[in-house]
Amino acid sequence: MIDWSFIRQLAWRDSRKNRGRLVLFMSSIILGIAALVAINSFNYNLQDDIDEQAASLLGADLVVSGNQPVTDSLGVLLAALPGEKATKLDLFSMAYFPATDRTQFVRLQGLAGNFPFYGSLKTEPATARQELTNPHAALVDNGFMDQYGIQIGDSIRLGNRSFFIAGRLLNDFASANVAAGFAPPVYVAQSALEQTGLVQAGSLVNYNYYYKLPAAFEVKPWTDKYDNAFRNESLRLQTIAGQKENLSDAFANLNSFLNLVALVSLLLGCIGVASSVLIYVRTKIPSIAIFRCLGMKGRDVFLVYLLQILVLGGLGVVFGAVLGTVVQLVLPILFKDFLPLEVSTSISWPAIGEGLVIGIFITMLFALVPLLPVRRISPLRILRTAFEQDLGQRDYAQWAVYLAIVAGLQAFLWYLTGSFVNGLMFTGGLLVSFLLLFAVARLITWGVQRFFPRRWSFVFRQGLANLFRPNNQTATLLVSIGLGTAILTTLFIIQGLLLENVGEMDAGNQPNVILYGIEKEQMTGLSELTTSFKLPIVQQVPIVTMRMTGWQGRTKADWLADSTRQAERWAFNREIRVTFRDSLDGFEEVLSGTFPKPRAAHGDSVFISLEEGFAESMHVKVGDEISFNVQGMPLTTFVGSTRKVDFTKMRTRFLVIFPAGVLENAPQFQVLVTKSPNPATTARYRTAVVKAFPNVSVVDLSSILTALSDILAKVSYVIQFMAVFSILTGFIVLVSSLLLSKLQRIKESVLLRTLGASSKQLLQISATEYALLGTLAAATGIFIALVSSWLLASFQLKLTFYVPWLAIGVIFVLVVAIIVVIGLLNSRDVLRKSPLEVLRREV
Amino acid sequence: MSTILAVNQLTKTYQSGDRSLTVLADVSFAIQPGESLAIVGPSGSGKTTLLGLCAGLDRAGSGEVILCDALLNELSEDARAAVRNRNVGFIFQNFQLIPTLTALENVMIPAELNGRKDARVAALALLEKVGLADRSHHYPSQLSGGEQQRVALARAFCNNPQILFADEPTGNLDESTGQMVEDLLFSLNQEMGTTLVIVTHDLELAGKTQRIIQLKGGQVFSDTRTQTPA
Ligand SMILES: Nc1ncnc2c1ncn2[C@@H]1O[C@H](COP(=O)(O)OP(=O)(O)O)[C@@H](O)[C@H]1O
Ligand SMILES: [Mg+2]
Repeated sequence: MIDWSFIRQLAWRDSRKNRGRLVLFMSSIILGIAALVAINSFNYNLQDDIDEQAASLLGADLVVSGNQPVTDSLGVLLAALPGEKATKLDLFSMAYFPATDRTQFVRLQGLAGNFPFYGSLKTEPATARQELTNPHAALVDNGFMDQYGIQIGDSIRLGNRSFFIAGRLLNDFASANVAAGFAPPVYVAQSALEQTGLVQAGSLVNYNYYYKLPAAFEVKPWTDKYDNAFRNESLRLQTIAGQKENLSDAFANLNSFLNLVALVSLLLGCIGVASSVLIYVRTKIPSIAIFRCLGMKGRDVFLVYLLQILVLGGLGVVFGAVLGTVVQLVLPILFKDFLPLEVSTSISWPAIGEGLVIGIFITMLFALVPLLPVRRISPLRILRTAFEQDLGQRDYAQWAVYLAIVAGLQAFLWYLTGSFVNGLMFTGGLLVSFLLLFAVARLITWGVQRFFPRRWSFVFRQGLANLFRPNNQTATLLVSIGLGTAILTTLFIIQGLLLENVGEMDAGNQPNVILYGIEKEQMTGLSELTTSFKLPIVQQVPIVTMRMTGWQGRTKADWLADSTRQAERWAFNREIRVTFRDSLDGFEEVLSGTFPKPRAAHGDSVFISLEEGFAESMHVKVGDEISFNVQGMPLTTFVGSTRKVDFTKMRTRFLVIFPAGVLENAPQFQVLVTKSPNPATTARYRTAVVKAFPNVSVVDLSSILTALSDILAKVSYVIQFMAVFSILTGFIVLVSSLLLSKLQRIKESVLLRTLGASSKQLLQISATEYALLGTLAAATGIFIALVSSWLLASFQLKLTFYVPWLAIGVIFVLVVAIIVVIGLLNSRDVLRKSPLEVLRREV
Repeated sequence: MSTILAVNQLTKTYQSGDRSLTVLADVSFAIQPGESLAIVGPSGSGKTTLLGLCAGLDRAGSGEVILCDALLNELSEDARAAVRNRNVGFIFQNFQLIPTLTALENVMIPAELNGRKDARVAALALLEKVGLADRSHHYPSQLSGGEQQRVALARAFCNNPQILFADEPTGNLDESTGQMVEDLLFSLNQEMGTTLVIVTHDLELAGKTQRIIQLKGGQVFSDTRTQTPA
């Protein structure tokens, strides 16, 4: 029988003494869990924010667009969709600006409803979007207005109606296709557009239907089901998920990074909780011995302290969760003015739940490690060997606890990475790091003992000897400092690599001006003109347009008549822009077959390369035959390879590529891609080009790229923020757990003080001990970080790895300095107290 | 130099919560070099507190302590530590050895703090004198109480102190072990000519000193010379 009320009372009574130490013990748990909860709360909230950002690329959950209004049958489907709806008509039209007496080809857009549902139409003045309810208001592209000196308030004539310019348009939505870039956008109300007389039978109008769907509505099954029905009517469906796929690299890396951050927060929680529980129990060993001497059963003493720690730890965990939540809620408000992104500050229950469960779990497991042996050994042995490391043979329960710790870690990592094997690799990595640090600790104790510098002065010898003497803290400190340094440095290195990667992807660094319709012989002049503006020629390719006439021995008409055909109509109904070259560019990857070599002789078969999605839609594979009509000339080819194309890079992309040596003499035009640093340069460049080469169209993509640029900027901000926040909280947790180590040396220092040691001597002793520990722990930790970040970068994140040596050097010096300062602080405490008081207390 | 330790109108008050407890009230006495003195009194009468103040381990409420010509009240914690290291030896009721150091290392500390090169030799010689040369590499937890106190004794004499403070040196020991420690204490004291201040409630032990101060309720109740000076 276990007398629970007695155990409960004893646990309570024993906890009353030494409140100060209790606070220190709890503070480390509280900070550890607070870090976990705060980091994860930010994590969850920012993830939601980024999802919302992705939504703002499209402006709606679902977009249907096409060259005609939806047919009745599809209209019924759409009408059944829940949620909010908006529509937009766009068409190309001439606009007249009386103030400057200028006529311009514009892309006129008539908006009805509350579009965009996500993100916003950025205008200047910011409130100009609301003006669109006014049937006479128009918003005009900012770059265009700049270029031609058009002012807000000027009038603009569209069809048979006159409007006034209510604002400048700073961005546009990604649904706008590249061709749209030919003409600057102008927004008016849809009802007003209908009255211009421009929308009539025969005019080329693009119809867009926008839907904001309730969160519960599953859009994917819906689009999967109806995608073909819409495509067959030449209508296109777009979803947020589809948009995100285009940014998949950025999002996949962001997710991996945030998972890494979650892992870091877990380990910080572990270090905070484990170090305090271990040290707390150790200080209780003498009392435990006395209870056992007084005749208490081993099991009962065990329960008394387990109960005590669970209650205290539980309280610490709850406080920690509250503190973490408060930090998460208050921090963004405090730093509001500095944050580029509005951080949501809702209470994150999943993060709190995780913190509580993990906190209690770690508290219990790590309390069991030192408490379990107490159960079995004789009281005398505890009294005698309280200062020796080995408390006798470990029992199976002990091993079960270690196993539970590893299993718990594996379970969490499995959950985090979504894969058992990945989880196992992380768990393995952590175990190896742990063992490595442990081995280094052993090496220090062995090495210092073996090569002990007997001739050095007393304080240095004393400091060094502290590393191997009984009851030394070498292993504990080395593991916690080393592991802490390792995870924080890994996080630091990885965030650097990711930021670089996102920076490359960033639209800000991508080409933003495309020149179409260049004649072959204009190319040299145009290149020179471009270079004279100090603009780079990012890409320059020839384009030949053609149509498909048949494949696999059947004509297009055959295919169209066949009701059982699987190939999709959009794929073969379009005019195809083809280029020819003899190698892949840097953003392509061959999936099957081999990329066509230049055709050697005139009679050889022509092998072409298809983009994977295009090949899939046509249901053709490597080896299949496809025939084309190239500007009147029939040409039969074979599929030589399929390619994956990275569409996130802003280049002209080709569905079909011919080998060199076939199309060189076909009628063609050239495309030139360049990057302009700012709108003013674009405007001057555009004017110069159009003046010298009137047939060339200059397409400015920057307004379309703004949304993309925005979201990537936010991704990098999130990465940076989480890294800085985690590293700072990690630091605090680490420092608080190191402050606990002073309990270990307090009595010794006081005795030395009694025997006449000066402050300087005491400080030198601690400085020596902590400097050596800090140096080796930081070096080992950094080594682990280099290996782990290399592994992560190469195999998990697929990033190019490099080492920021300077930053690593700074981290090293910083860690060592801080460890030494903590050591000094720890002994400072002793210097302030009167020795007699401590001697009395320790009796 | 006529006095080695002078205590003038010493008062010590402990504050616990809103109640204050006066442990020592207006205590004065002086000791000549080479003298041996016992401070006796019932438990709780303030003996340990007085000893602590004399050795500069704590600060007095009012009054002054002059130890080896140094006015302790005015000295910094560091300066007091230096005075202790050069002039003072300690023995405590509960030994107060550093648990993580071996017997030899414990004995060497005062000499090493003082920067003496012969610390090891001196410490070994002292361990020899207390009969523990063969246990020099054992840790305190591997020694019996009597053995630990003998190590503490060796440590107390390591720096050849002018004055030795002993707080109930035999209080935690059985009679015969206590006797052995006592004999060692007096013989070492004799040999080195150290001034000796012993706190004890053992009147027999007190009787072996030249002078007995009796504390009662924090005040000097009597101050007498014994008949049989050692
Ligand atoms: N830090 C303290 N706070 C309050 N009272 C104390 C403190 N230290 C000692 N005392 C009290 O001072 C009195 C004298 O203690 P002490 O000098 O140890 O007596 P002795 O050594 O003669 O037994 C005791 O009543 C004790 O309770
Ligand atoms: Mg006492």
